[in-house]
Amino acid sequence: MLKLDGVDTYYGPIHILQKLELEVGSGELVCLLGGNASGKSTTLKTVLGIVKPRSGSVEFDGEDVTGRPTSYRIGKGMAIVPENRRLFAPMSVRENLEMGAYLHGGGTKEDWDRVYTLFPLLHERRAQLAGTLSGGEQQMVAMGRALMSRPKLLLMDEPSMGLAPILVEKNFEIIQQVHESGVAILVVEQNANVSLAIADRGYVLQTGRVVLSGPAAELLRHEDLRKAYLGR
Amino acid sequence: MADTSPPTPEPPAAATAQIGVDSWVSEEDQRREGRKWLGRTWERLPPAGKLALLTPAIAVPFLPLSEANIYNYGLFILIYALLALGLNVVVGFAGLLDLGYVAFFGFGAYIYAFLSGTHHEKGHVYTHHWAAQWSILTAVVMCAVIGLFLGSSSRRLLGDYLAIVTLFFGQAFVVFTNSADPYGITNGSNGLGNIDPLRFFAFGASFTVSSTRGYYWFLFGCVIVVLIVLHLLSESRTGRAWKASREDPLAAEMMGMPVNRLKIMAFSFGAAIAGLAGSVFAAAQTGAFPQNFGTQVLILIYAVVILGGTGSLTGMLAGATAIIVSFQVLDSTSPPNNARTLFYLSLVVGVVVIFKKSRAQMAVAVASTVALGFALHAIVHEVWPRGTSGQVTSGGYLTGAIKHWVLLPTNPNRLAVYGYLALIVLVITIVQLKGWWRVAVVPPTIVLTAFVWENLLIQQPAVTRYVLFGVLLIALMATRPQGLFGTAKVEIA
Ligand SMILES: Nc1ncnc2c1ncn2[C@@H]1O[C@H](COP(=O)(O)OP(=O)(O)OP(=O)(O)O)[C@@H](O)[C@H]1O
Ligand SMILES: [Mg+2]
Repeated sequence: MLKLDGVDTYYGPIHILQKLELEVGSGELVCLLGGNASGKSTTLKTVLGIVKPRSGSVEFDGEDVTGRPTSYRIGKGMAIVPENRRLFAPMSVRENLEMGAYLHGGGTKEDWDRVYTLFPLLHERRAQLAGTLSGGEQQMVAMGRALMSRPKLLLMDEPSMGLAPILVEKNFEIIQQVHESGVAILVVEQNANVSLAIADRGYVLQTGRVVLSGPAAELLRHEDLRKAYLGR
Repeated sequence: MADTSPPTPEPPAAATAQIGVDSWVSEEDQRREGRKWLGRTWERLPPAGKLALLTPAIAVPFLPLSEANIYNYGLFILIYALLALGLNVVVGFAGLLDLGYVAFFGFGAYIYAFLSGTHHEKGHVYTHHWAAQWSILTAVVMCAVIGLFLGSSSRRLLGDYLAIVTLFFGQAFVVFTNSADPYGITNGSNGLGNIDPLRFFAFGASFTVSSTRGYYWFLFGCVIVVLIVLHLLSESRTGRAWKASREDPLAAEMMGMPVNRLKIMAFSFGAAIAGLAGSVFAAAQTGAFPQNFGTQVLILIYAVVILGGTGSLTGMLAGATAIIVSFQVLDSTSPPNNARTLFYLSLVVGVVVIFKKSRAQMAVAVASTVALGFALHAIVHEVWPRGTSGQVTSGGYLTGAIKHWVLLPTNPNRLAVYGYLALIVLVITIVQLKGWWRVAVVPPTIVLTAFVWENLLIQQPAVTRYVLFGVLLIALMATRPQGLFGTAKVEIA
């Protein structure tokens, strides 16, 4: 589904991603771990085409999309839940969701039904301005907005940031639900424990390099990772 | 022993926080109740209803006016409403700072003039007499294309760059039409005269708009059509995509919106509307002159957009009406007494706005203002007779009141200038003060304002109007930052 091959990404002169190799199989749930400033968000931005790698290639759904603009990749089936949600504050919940399906004509009836079934609260609040929602509610909108485009690959950047523990769990249930419906997912998380529990595989980034990767169950048991992230 | 203490009563449900119930939302209805009845009804009205109410509201007051007044007021209000509606797409919908907008107004006018008119250029005569519909259409399309090029030139349309590039473009237009034109096609500062009136040919029949009233109705139709188109556009996916990319371009990009293309599109759309306004304007005044498209016109258009409330369509009509009426009333050719009426009216409005929270304070302030004026007049009359022996400048129905309430020295020039400076200080002071301190300072300020007005400003209405605009916009900024019809900004908390 997604394959990064020898990707080098720079911000000006600063070399961020260094020879990054990463793969997400069809319908797979892959977790991307790493400390602050290790390049997780940059990886997602590179996948989406917001930043272009200086060398290496990004392959999506059997096609090299390295030179393609973001809109092309979205049209081909990527969607993102961005870091900090980035909702359109003065627009209603409904309008935010519609913007998620911008390239798909604003969403079909099934798209709306699917999202509203997954998040009944969004239907209830469809007329409320997104900027006035609580953080947890905003997270649902961000998730719903990404799902409106019927993605094949869903990118998520710290979806449980700022959520109460109970909501984190609920959030991951929904992620799993989406995953089970056949969507491939690449999720960036600080919360290694919860995310590895539902993931198929995981990668650990450090200063822009993959330092560890493998099946989730194995990573959970891994000494170094436990020390670095799980604190025990 | 049994617990005999009465059970603690449950607090009423509405007063406690409840899971899943957002207090902001549940209070929304109450907040709506609290608003003024009129505003509430207006808000709930469907767009078609608003239009049905607005149309006669704009049209009817102009029916009894003379041709000259229809030209000065009706025509200009509609032209500026049209211009503001176009600029609103660029500034309000897409959030781009376009400082060269007025050049598209000019392009529209000159293109119409070339295609429908007779002109002498360096010795030989050019005549094209295209039917008005084709000239207008060409002007609109060409402005859209020029807008497209200009928009693409500053590719990323980053705020400051776009502002500078367009500012330069606007200035270049004026310089070119004025003097830097090597072949004389724009006829320099004399501009182009001999322009055809709007003459439509179709299916062998022809129809000419010949009276000012005719132009008024034609423009009226244009405004209604543009209003409807823009309303549909703003409610469309593209309209919402503009809004989204204005709020957060990166997020919009992440949703797959072609942010740059959307911006250029808005830019070009606005240019096209300006082109429409320009071509009809040229036909109406049967001429196109460089000074019609200068910076002060740009300032006026921006004033309309800001006053009306960026992003609001009906706001543009209200803004255009307010700005053009005050601008024309303060014109040096309009009777000074009109300007006087406007001036005292805005004073009254100012007082109402300042004291809208407390009727008692307002009553005290008004009463002491009136008393202070008469008292001062009486004292000065005794002590320094020359201080009250001046004449009221072209007084009308207010002459009597002014003569006994405002000090009118025989030779007021220098005194009035000092008064003007003192007035600035007082106004700044008022803004800083609160409560009863403010009540104490307002009366002397109003008396001084009237003094400066009657002795200095009324003789210079053309300068005064810019001062008045400045004050108007500052006052609006303080009381209603979103403009007359705009909606307040919502930020992610
Ligand atoms: N637009 C930018 N310009 C310059 N440097 C940037 C830019 N965006 C990110 N960086 C830098 O790149 C590095 C990696 O950033 P990135 O956002 O990918 O980290 P991250 O792994 O997502 O961290 P976090 O967990 O804190 O979100 C950081 O050092 C950051 O300062
Ligand atoms: Mg990050």
